[in-house]
Amino acid sequence: MANIREFTKGIFKENPTFVLMLGMCPTLATTTEVRSALAMGIAVIAVLACSNVIISAVRNFIPNEIRIPCYVVIIAAFVAMTELTMKAYAPREVNRALGIFIPLIVVNCIILGRAEAFAAKNGVLDSLFDGLGIGLGFTLAVALLATIREITGSGSWLGTKLADGLTPATIMVQAPGAFLVLGLLMGFFAWLRMRRKAA
Amino acid sequence: MEEIRTLLTIAIGISIVNNMVLAKFLGLCPFIGVTKKTSSALGMGLAVIFVMTVASVLTWLLYTYLLMPGPQNLLSFSAYVRENGLVDVLRTASYILVIAVMVQLVEMVMKKNTPALYRALGIYLPLITTNCTVLGVALLNTTDARVPLNLLEATVQGFFGGVGFTIAMLLMASIREQLEMADLPKPLQGTPIAFICTSLMALAFMGFSGMG
Repeated sequence: MANIREFTKGIFKENPTFVLMLGMCPTLATTTEVRSALAMGIAVIAVLACSNVIISAVRNFIPNEIRIPCYVVIIAAFVAMTELTMKAYAPREVNRALGIFIPLIVVNCIILGRAEAFAAKNGVLDSLFDGLGIGLGFTLAVALLATIREITGSGSWLGTKLADGLTPATIMVQAPGAFLVLGLLMGFFAWLRMRRKAA
Repeated sequence: MEEIRTLLTIAIGISIVNNMVLAKFLGLCPFIGVTKKTSSALGMGLAVIFVMTVASVLTWLLYTYLLMPGPQNLLSFSAYVRENGLVDVLRTASYILVIAVMVQLVEMVMKKNTPALYRALGIYLPLITTNCTVLGVALLNTTDARVPLNLLEATVQGFFGGVGFTIAMLLMASIREQLEMADLPKPLQGTPIAFICTSLMALAFMGFSGMG
């Protein structure tokens, strides 16, 4: 039962994007459309779950002083695997949209943050569920952001046109729209938390 | 003359038109985390300029002489490396290792030789390893470059990428110092309003997009 809790906390209570505020770069850069956001989410889930498992498995063998470089090398290996897999199987437009943000998963603070804060202190199974849960929380967050931006900015969702005759606000799929939607969503979630605390 | 023009285009392009933070979404963690005070924003910016310039040189050399396929590769005695290179497999891991080792070295050298500079920039240096602008510019210089860059062009791109980052950091820090005094709705205080201000800054920087 404890495993389930490790899994679900990543989705709401410790959502990496809206609560922990980690990994902002890919959150903004890959959310111009829902499809690339989902691809990014899946890549992050894969890397996070695998690196969490390996790091928690070897946590007792790594000297404390050099643990960060060790974690980075482990993470980099999984990122390279994910990158090659995506190059082989994902559609070309998705790969082009994600661009340098797939190799940049290496320096994503969510991954290193979970390695340091969770996997280095907990067992393999708990770490797996923590990785899956946090990864899923990230995926849901980018999917939400991408939904808002794609509907308002391109008038479509997952590539399907929603309505004819509407002029989409192109600014929403460009850089300013990304910052604006993220800021407002963060404010909204902070408001929800405050209301719950007051109630 | 032609060369100077190319360099100028790169410099303006990476620092203003395609600003690291405001157009490419790189380095947002320090952009939000270290911009509460102008002095710390400046310190972080200078440290990033320095590390990014050196990292650009090192990763370009690494890419050209160890990763890229072709006869210039130092490992080209192996037929596999000569034909395929090591880019796909080793790029990410080798770049991040070079950056991490370099940051550590810079920190040690600075501590020994220039203690004053170390006191000013020291606390920001370890943070830079996981700053995605550094790895990002290394990738933009080599594998993800639109046209292949030579060593000088890559170095200029690294330096001015850092300058662009510093410009964005300083602007943001001065805005946030003013925001301290503003009467904001409680849920928007802190990071949310910082992102909304960034949105307006990005809008302003879009005005440069006709240049270069």
